[in-house]
Amino acid sequence: MAMARAGSGWGPRARALVRRLRSGDEIAHLVTFLFAGSILLIVGLLLNELWVNSALARHKFGWSFFFTRVWDPVFEQFGALPFIFGTLVTSALALLIAVPVGLGAAIFLAELAPPRISDTLAFLLDLLAAVPSVIYGLIGIFTVVPLLREYVEPFLKATLGFLPLFQGPAYGVGFLAAGVLLAVMIVPFIISVSREVLLAVPREQREAALALGATRWEATWKVVVPFARAGIFGSIFLALARALGETMAVTMVIGNAPQIAASLFAPGYSIAAVIANEFTEATGDLYLHALVELGLVLFLLTFVLNGLARLLILLTARRGGAHA
Amino acid sequence: MSFRRRWRKSVNAVMLSVTGISALVAVSVLFFILGYLVWHGARALNWDFFTKLPKPVGETGGGMANAIVGSAKLLLLASLVGVPVGLLGGVYLAEFGGRTVSFAVRYATDLLNGVPSIVIGIFAYTMIVLRTKHFSTIAGGLALGVMMIPIAVRSTEEFLRGVPRELREGAMALGASKWKTIATVVAPAAYRGIMTAVLLALARVAGETAPLLFTAFSNRFWSPGWNQPTASLPVMIFTYAIAPYEDWHQQAWAAGLVLLGLVLATSLIARAVLSRGVPMRRS
Amino acid sequence: MRKILSVLLAGVLLFPLCLAGADALLVNGAGATFPYPIYSKWFDEYHKKFPDIQINYQSIGSGGGIRQVLAGTVDFGATDGPMTDEQLSQAKTKILHFPTVLGAAVPTYNIPGVTGELNFTPEALAGIFLGKITKWSDPAIAGANRGVNLPAADIVVIHRSDGSGTTYIWTDYLCKVSEEWKTRVGKGASPNWPVGLGGKGNEGVTGLVKQTPNSIGYVELIYAVQNNLPYGRVRNSSGTFVKADLASVTAAAAGAAKTMPDDFRVSITDPPGKSAYPIASFTWLLIPSEFQDAKKREVLVGFLRWMLTEGQKHAAPLAYAPLPKEVVDKEMKALAQIR
Repeated sequence: MAMARAGSGWGPRARALVRRLRSGDEIAHLVTFLFAGSILLIVGLLLNELWVNSALARHKFGWSFFFTRVWDPVFEQFGALPFIFGTLVTSALALLIAVPVGLGAAIFLAELAPPRISDTLAFLLDLLAAVPSVIYGLIGIFTVVPLLREYVEPFLKATLGFLPLFQGPAYGVGFLAAGVLLAVMIVPFIISVSREVLLAVPREQREAALALGATRWEATWKVVVPFARAGIFGSIFLALARALGETMAVTMVIGNAPQIAASLFAPGYSIAAVIANEFTEATGDLYLHALVELGLVLFLLTFVLNGLARLLILLTARRGGAHA
Repeated sequence: MSFRRRWRKSVNAVMLSVTGISALVAVSVLFFILGYLVWHGARALNWDFFTKLPKPVGETGGGMANAIVGSAKLLLLASLVGVPVGLLGGVYLAEFGGRTVSFAVRYATDLLNGVPSIVIGIFAYTMIVLRTKHFSTIAGGLALGVMMIPIAVRSTEEFLRGVPRELREGAMALGASKWKTIATVVAPAAYRGIMTAVLLALARVAGETAPLLFTAFSNRFWSPGWNQPTASLPVMIFTYAIAPYEDWHQQAWAAGLVLLGLVLATSLIARAVLSRGVPMRRS
Repeated sequence: MRKILSVLLAGVLLFPLCLAGADALLVNGAGATFPYPIYSKWFDEYHKKFPDIQINYQSIGSGGGIRQVLAGTVDFGATDGPMTDEQLSQAKTKILHFPTVLGAAVPTYNIPGVTGELNFTPEALAGIFLGKITKWSDPAIAGANRGVNLPAADIVVIHRSDGSGTTYIWTDYLCKVSEEWKTRVGKGASPNWPVGLGGKGNEGVTGLVKQTPNSIGYVELIYAVQNNLPYGRVRNSSGTFVKADLASVTAAAAGAAKTMPDDFRVSITDPPGKSAYPIASFTWLLIPSEFQDAKKREVLVGFLRWMLTEGQKHAAPLAYAPLPKEVVDKEMKALAQIR
């Protein structure tokens, strides 16, 4: 009836909207939408700040920034290639080590270990996330580096030295050290999240497989893990994101030499490490903008890897699996 | 027993032991790191550490009282920003989201997660510090809060979705509106997982150094209010660890231990206080 | 039980808010790591003398000091390498340089079997850091060290990975003694090193040198002294091999003291003088010439006056050479420029 009256200030549509808004659902929808939207706002602002503050470098170097190997603050020649290389190599190495170990441990904790032990260990692993990067770096310097220099690298050189991957002097610091340290740092994430996801797989799935005569391992690997596939991939990408952006620990063990080398023993550099090392000291606007552009490159790298990840999940998605 | 059967049995045995070994490796590394930290940190811990201010370079003694308080303030601010945005954003994605908006928000969250902490520091520096013309606790807290958001969002969404459909449908059958269902039935069921994730996020940002370097800076003295630079445990650890003084190294280890202890304590207390709700189904 | 825990949690969370702000005046500064030990001692002593004044100095690096003082986010800066004309032109208010103490960069090394002090010629240092001299047994090095059994091992060069005033001093010196270094690498806080590994901070370099056999790096004098690192002598422009210490560093500044420019920006690497150490430098405080906040200005002027008189006494025990008298007098007069 009220709606039929024309020309009465608010109008029927508005009145209906207000009525709907008064219901809790619409408010909840609006409020949560605002908060979710704020995330978009923050990311937008972030991109904007990075874009604006890297303008000088982008205009001067253009696309060649991605392919130049030289990083020379004194003569103002800046190129991102050695850092991109270092970031990718160390992160790949870290994943190569951490994923099998992490997944294996997660499976063990979720499927085989008694619940109390599993819970306690998971709790302790979560604590590791709170250990500051610098402490990892220190432990790396005092344990990982000497270990690599005295035992591991000579051993690898002796056995696999015909591969260019394992040639060159053994400094201890270098790509290998950084990769190993990163692996140690990201393993807790993989174990923690994978374990939770595996635990969430409905009991029926497991029991159905076992009832059909599968061995314990077959039930786990062929039924439970695929069911939790999306969550596990999620944990891996969480770990990868951490590895890409890890700063302090990496800079203490990577050798900080902006070069591209085939050997894992060689010293290298990563994007995050060079920003950490040089940002506070970068006088000169072009220098600063080049560093910010590196930050943008890292952002881009994450963007691309994320896209590949989603593509991968999409391509391998199976029906009946837990969703992302 | 057929060959195939024997093969499958041995694969079973081998692979299960492999997972056992992986777990052993992971756990030993875990205990090694924690043990190393505890060993070195405990040696330098004393009452002074918690109550005194740092001494000037070259003099032994002193403590990190201002850094402990500073870290607490920063984390408080970070939670005030990170937790609401993360939780409510996650609720939106899990319960209300439209397709395109959800996709955009999820992608943005993943991006934010991948941004290295140092870039977030640069962001906070240009947005806040340069504009207000001084370093401050607020700038640092906001930087850390932004870092907490992705983990909180992703986990909230994940665990809300994991709540069994029957619970929701039961509530709706009883006449509850959508938000009431979420607030009184779904959320409590997912509480444990979500809280774990929020604590994980807090733990992660508690140890972050890089963003604080350009925002909260550091302070030799007590930091009054919220608008001045403040000392914080991670920055102190960093400064002391790369300095030449053995005494400072010890204090750095001690600070690392204290940081860990603080996170542990908060975690335990929070779990005890918030432990209610339906535990998730375990197989 | 839960109620108690909730109250405890709330208390822990709210406690920081209860800490009332101190009534003290807080002045913030940032910059060079090179003089950090003496600065922190000074600011502490000054605070003891005037408990109401808190000068908070953070050593983020010389470049950081310059950047932040230009941006106005700190009240004063500090640097081991003087600001260039270009940087000074970016300042909204004129920035004044005030030298505080003198320090030096020394070559430290780790060669198994070699325990004594090595002599380094400028050519040797330049060649090593350029990557052209690759073995310890190279005649360029061995020639100055007869009687020392140098192995035919590869030299591992260690330098700073972070931007550093110490690097600035080191490269400034190498530019003066090697034309090739000047054209190929140049001087700066973060040059494009032809060879070598990078360590973060003095600690990083020291750590790497200690752990890596046959390595060479450069660190601040005080650092080498406090950590008992072996460091070598360097040949100065008069041909004498000089080890860095208070006397030789003071001698390095002697010549510059008389011809100090009005803005105090000067380089004293490779100076004339028989006993002068060739890789020494002043380090400066960067003070804006105009202050909005009168109280802060008073604090800084007061501190500078104290630093030039009382403060200098603390330099020597910390292995920094105090300023020559002529420089102190000149700075006292320059204080009037701060308004």
